[in-house]
Amino acid sequence: MMKRFISLQWRSFFRSASLGKDIAIRILMGFLAVYFILSFLLLGIGLYPLLAELYPGIEPLASVNRLVVYWLGADLLARFFIQALPVIGIKSLLILPVPKRKVVHYLLLRSLFSFFNLFPLLVIVPFGIYGVMHGGYNPVRILAWGVCMMSLVVGVNYFNLLVKKRFAGKIRTFLPFIVVGVVLVVLEYLGILQLGIWTGALLDSLVAHPYLAVVSLCIPVFLYWWNYRELHHHFYLDASLESSKEQTRTSEMGWVRRFGDIAPFLQLDLKLIWRNKRPRSTVWLALLFVAYGLMIYPNPSNQDMPGWYVFVGVFISGVFMMNFGQFVPAWDSSYYSMMMAQNIPLKKYLSSKAALMTFSVVVLYLLSLPYVYFGWDILVLNTACALYNIGINIPVLLYTGGYNKKRIELDKSPFLNYQGTGAVQFIMILPLLILPVLIWYLCYKFISFDAASSVLALIGIAGIMARDGLMARIVSLYRKKKYVAINGFKERND
Amino acid sequence: MIVVNDLTKTYNGTAVLNIEELQIPSGQSFGLVGNNGAGKTTFFSLLLDLVRPTSGYIVNNEVMVNKSEEWKPFTSAFIDESFLIGYLTPEEYFYLVGELRGWNRADVDTFLKKYELFFNGEILKKQKYLRDLSKGNQKKAGIVAALIGDPEVVILDEPFANLDPTTQIRLKEIIRELAGANGVTVLISSHDLIHVTEVCKRIVVLDKGEITRDIQTAPETLKELESFFAG
Repeated sequence: MMKRFISLQWRSFFRSASLGKDIAIRILMGFLAVYFILSFLLLGIGLYPLLAELYPGIEPLASVNRLVVYWLGADLLARFFIQALPVIGIKSLLILPVPKRKVVHYLLLRSLFSFFNLFPLLVIVPFGIYGVMHGGYNPVRILAWGVCMMSLVVGVNYFNLLVKKRFAGKIRTFLPFIVVGVVLVVLEYLGILQLGIWTGALLDSLVAHPYLAVVSLCIPVFLYWWNYRELHHHFYLDASLESSKEQTRTSEMGWVRRFGDIAPFLQLDLKLIWRNKRPRSTVWLALLFVAYGLMIYPNPSNQDMPGWYVFVGVFISGVFMMNFGQFVPAWDSSYYSMMMAQNIPLKKYLSSKAALMTFSVVVLYLLSLPYVYFGWDILVLNTACALYNIGINIPVLLYTGGYNKKRIELDKSPFLNYQGTGAVQFIMILPLLILPVLIWYLCYKFISFDAASSVLALIGIAGIMARDGLMARIVSLYRKKKYVAINGFKERND
Repeated sequence: MIVVNDLTKTYNGTAVLNIEELQIPSGQSFGLVGNNGAGKTTFFSLLLDLVRPTSGYIVNNEVMVNKSEEWKPFTSAFIDESFLIGYLTPEEYFYLVGELRGWNRADVDTFLKKYELFFNGEILKKQKYLRDLSKGNQKKAGIVAALIGDPEVVILDEPFANLDPTTQIRLKEIIRELAGANGVTVLISSHDLIHVTEVCKRIVVLDKGEITRDIQTAPETLKELESFFAG
């Protein structure tokens, strides 16, 4: 039975509509995977000498043990946002004569084949070997230690699945845990709590008595059993496999009326953003990125690279514009044929998107005004960047959007979701971010700061003046690409 | 009046539609029947300029469909769920369509009153988004939305599928009324021969992309169609 499940999995991967088409994404993901594998491997190899140097008085193994609890915490956090229990594709198995317990076992075992479980292994094994070869540790003890570490990692794996099952999508119920987490961090920071040292001591005693490693095996086994019980119990369409239905939030949004003939589309876009998971996340992300400047501006080492500030300036006021704009018109992909058959002038449709993005740039710019605290230069630069965003980047985004032909499911989770991403999204980064930095830097190098900022601002203003002409070109592109887009948006690839 | 001239559509060398000539006069209730893959949905998609014709053209009330967009104000359609905006409530969707077709809220409200019976209390004021409605209820909403704004040409792909018996009967009344008293050209496709023969004045049979029968509906039409499809 397991063999059959695995072959199903294999086929679903290799026969998925997106494989082969998204070469750019595959390559990027491949690079990322190789990068992480190498990084962790290097960390594993270098950890022993590194710790020996950093904490000269303490045995490297003991210092590792002190760090374990933080690693596990970070691991859990990362997993919570990225790793999910794959329940998709199970629906069709429900009524087939397949024992439930086998499906559940399969799901749970499959979750082990994750990069999250591979990475720690890449650190633990080289570190252990190094410890035995150069540190003179007893191989049996190191083996026991390794088993213990892996059972903790696998424990986190299953703990995360439990946590996700309980709290996914319910921020309010999750809040107490965040509070507890923050309190722990604060106590640790103040030195009242020394989690690292306590758990380190516990692990040290484990190493001293290798046979105790068997006890640590109980953690993953117990969590596995708990997960199994939960899933087996909830193995019904209505319980866990089907997503819950949302309560409607209706608002008239009468104030949008003021925007004249683009009002209906603007209203539609606002509802799109508020009522769907993925577009909604673009808003939170934008608000988060306004704070990005706090990480950059106070850092004196950035002062030598003023070009970097342009990048930051474009980003701060343009983050929503980019996140939202890169997927125009794919946000409307699930009903694009209706949009094209309905009595909708393309120009108004696109103007409303442009208006929304312009509005976002203005709002984010206003929010970034307090950065004047770090110097007038920053205010001047951010103003120029905002103008450039409105004048040039918005038309560029809309234009490249004409080449979008990948469907987006609106209610899928936004984390590490590459749905809708194609080569277009990678290419458009160039004019969006690199070009303004380049223009500004050249003027800055050869003339002055003021001249460079003025040039950037003037280009933006020129773009705003030419908006009508640019929009006409964009509209004709959309008209030409209409059939390709309709066809592409129909292809579902889960 | 809809005029089809030498219309063909091929995908990767295989012809899926090939109509030499077809004329649908204004106010006709026109039924399209055929097995899966006969080209019904392709024809409707061509009529709505959602698919580019390989050759030939369609003229809808003197507007060349793939050249101009002027057909949009007087043509409306419901093909499948991709015509619904899932994150809107039915009311919001109706208001939006109304707005696009030049109706204000009051107009839409009076219009919707007529369809209260058709909705059977399952669509309006339910505080549900369209994506959370059942397939049948989604279809009801889509069909009614296609009637907003007094269109002259209404295209409905498989309108009877997924509907409960009561709604099927009510939909038949609606279609008859549209084509009869209001002079609207109604194009529907269906797998249900009984429904089409009851509703449509004229029935065209598509087989592998070609027109094989063109029948003015008469009492013996159902028999004729049944014997044709029985092979």
